[in-house]
Amino acid sequence: MSATQEHHTHPHEHYFVPAKSRLPILTAFAMFVLVFGSARLFVDMSQNKNSIGEWILLAGFLMLAWVLYVWFAHIIKENQAGLAGPQLNRSYVWGMGWFIFSEVMFFAAFFGALFYVRTFAGPWIGGEGAKGATNMLYEGFKYSWPMLSNPDNSQFTPPQGVIHGMGLPALNTLILIASSFTLTMAHFSLRLNERPQLVRWMLLTVALGIVFLMLQITEYYEAYNHLGLTLASGIYGSTFFMLTGFHGAHVTIGTLMLIVQLLRCQQGHFTEHDHFGFEASAWYWHFVDVVWICLFVFVYLL
Amino acid sequence: MTTLDHDHSDHGPAKGLSRWLFSTNHKDIGTLYLWFSLSMFFLGGLFAMVIRAELFQPGLQLVQPEFFNQMTTMHGLIMVFGAVMPAFVGLANWMIPLMIGAPDMALPRMNNLSFWILPFAFAMLVSTLFMEGGAPDFGWTFYAPLSTTYAPPSVTFFIFAVHIMGASSIMGAINVIATILNMRAPGMTWMKMPLFVWTWLITAFLLIAVMPVLAGVVTMMLMDIHFGTSFFSAAGGGSPLLFQHLFWFFGHPEVYIMILPAFGVVSAIIPAFARKKLFGYHSMVWATASIAVLSFIVWAHHMFTVGIPFAGELFFMASTMLIAVPTGVKVFNWVATMFHGSMTFETPMLFAIAFVVLFTIGGFSGLMLAVAPADFQYHDTYFVVAHFHYVLVPGAVFSIIAATYYWLPKWCGRMYNETLGKTHFWLSFIGVNVTFFPQHFIGLAGMPRRIPDYAVQFADFNMVSSIGAFFFGSSQLLFLFIIIHTIVAGKKAEAKPWEGAEGLEWTVPSPAPHHTFETPPDVK
Ligand SMILES: [Cu+2]
Repeated sequence: MSATQEHHTHPHEHYFVPAKSRLPILTAFAMFVLVFGSARLFVDMSQNKNSIGEWILLAGFLMLAWVLYVWFAHIIKENQAGLAGPQLNRSYVWGMGWFIFSEVMFFAAFFGALFYVRTFAGPWIGGEGAKGATNMLYEGFKYSWPMLSNPDNSQFTPPQGVIHGMGLPALNTLILIASSFTLTMAHFSLRLNERPQLVRWMLLTVALGIVFLMLQITEYYEAYNHLGLTLASGIYGSTFFMLTGFHGAHVTIGTLMLIVQLLRCQQGHFTEHDHFGFEASAWYWHFVDVVWICLFVFVYLL
Repeated sequence: MTTLDHDHSDHGPAKGLSRWLFSTNHKDIGTLYLWFSLSMFFLGGLFAMVIRAELFQPGLQLVQPEFFNQMTTMHGLIMVFGAVMPAFVGLANWMIPLMIGAPDMALPRMNNLSFWILPFAFAMLVSTLFMEGGAPDFGWTFYAPLSTTYAPPSVTFFIFAVHIMGASSIMGAINVIATILNMRAPGMTWMKMPLFVWTWLITAFLLIAVMPVLAGVVTMMLMDIHFGTSFFSAAGGGSPLLFQHLFWFFGHPEVYIMILPAFGVVSAIIPAFARKKLFGYHSMVWATASIAVLSFIVWAHHMFTVGIPFAGELFFMASTMLIAVPTGVKVFNWVATMFHGSMTFETPMLFAIAFVVLFTIGGFSGLMLAVAPADFQYHDTYFVVAHFHYVLVPGAVFSIIAATYYWLPKWCGRMYNETLGKTHFWLSFIGVNVTFFPQHFIGLAGMPRRIPDYAVQFADFNMVSSIGAFFFGSSQLLFLFIIIHTIVAGKKAEAKPWEGAEGLEWTVPSPAPHHTFETPPDVK
């Protein structure tokens, strides 16, 4: 039977199949506690009830953070022990690549919503286009973007103004593009095995990420307190905060990933040729960067 | 690599419960998926029995309309996300590594995570039945504003259940893709891959492309319900139609997620029992790929009557009809494979042939529904119910049953009882047609779907349909009995119990050892 034959012509790598592990089922359980707590909390919140949901949510979050920490630490240890051969590395490469593709599709749903509202739904409620008769629902409503007057202003209080692209967002665009550049420089340094430069470029990248997030918080503060632009101020606020908010969440995750890689660089992990953890985080960061450029163009500028 | 053995010395399965809870073995995880799917199949089936019992006669007999709506919703959700999808992931887990000569799935621990999310997700979903205000009652398609403004509080639990089962599907799909792209034995070139592997590769791509969109749309619902956004509210400038566009952008590829692996199963079984090579292998691969590509540009055929521009009606009508071409290629190839073959009719083959015939009926009614002007009559009637049950029950479910009979000897090393299997087939075949065929007529006559009561003119066909449903439902208990009977008392199976079967999975002993292909085989 071919399965047990020895191959002398081209020896095959023995693929690393890990031993049984408690981590996956613990992760599943932590995810469950997290979402159950969130659901409990949101339902009680909407009914103005006191909720134990927040404690369940917190417990789930801490559990998940802890399990994922242990899991990733374990993988890094396996990797440092040389268990991962080139074939397993390729599995990680495909895994990360397709994960990023799934993230692209997640953002696509929200961009799709934005385009649909701006191209079809909005103009139709305003009385234009193939389904302009919709205007009879909200007679007198004129469509404009940004939508500073909603079809029903008593239900959704419109914003007095919106964030303009040429202020903070333009600065943030420069910051993120610069961070992609510094990260690439870090990658070059790693390939040349110039450790001090590597750490310096990584520190700079992480710092840029944190500055971006702080500016984003400033922008939200401005929107909520001075412009009346909130999640609840109609579809402009909904799409604005959901798109930029999910992007911000991804920048946060990306920054955490880069911090982990920075710490690993300082500990002397990685070699010139084998540094998948670093590369995966870098891809993620570039992906987040590209999403921002789309946001800058379609949310802030156009 | 010789240093890894300290982590990997156990060559048999672990003892006790930890074998299942902490597994990193593709066969054990596949088994878990398959049992989970079977239990969900019976739970969703139970809800279907409640629906058919209420519809046995006109008028309200057994349940309140509110509860009836919860039953239709939960039946759909559980069958789609709990029974059919996990069954195919289970088959993928068991068979793909065996078919391509890989030692396991590419990412074994993530594999276990993908599975164990499901029991938690479905426990949460099913628990909504006991919550204040009842379970989700807005249909499995959960259209806004039914699922937002007018939904029971339990909708929030439903949303989060969808979130984590989506995460499970995405991780499962990533694993399948990484396995197929990276773990094939030397010599297992693209065009040598069994069609089940091909169809799953393409299915996995569809999953990764559309499950995040589903996550996005339920997130928008969550925000609309609890945080005042107006994605699906025209008062704030959004649109309920936005929900339908996003949902069906996920939903149409989703139906192919449930049928492409079925194509793969049937393409394995028919050649085995016709004792001929699959006719038109290359065209099968290309047809699968074209169906997947087309699935992204047809979604609004579910929305012909909701008010989309005329150009949209035309485009989505034409693009939908295009799908008939690659699907027709497939049906032609299966029939051509059987033509002049020396056929025998063991249970897997019976189910596979029934699949070809009955799935084609479902395909044709789909073609009728694709005609936009005619759809104004059919929309939201029992004709639609008949259509998608024909593609899902004698389509997807029959292929899963066929796969079970076909590969059961490999999984447990024992043969099922052929007489019992054939009995199960004929009971299912008759049951499924008696249940769903009359629904075409009542649908064309105008009976709307998702109602607990109906006009008396539909009474006779509804009674026939209900009798068929009870008949079909109870016959599946025989399926459960056959599986258990096989595992406990079946005759020992050979490594290759089917004379005409081909593929690497038949080169390993039955039952397949805990670890297979630790050294990849050479494929000629
Ligand atoms: Cu469709």
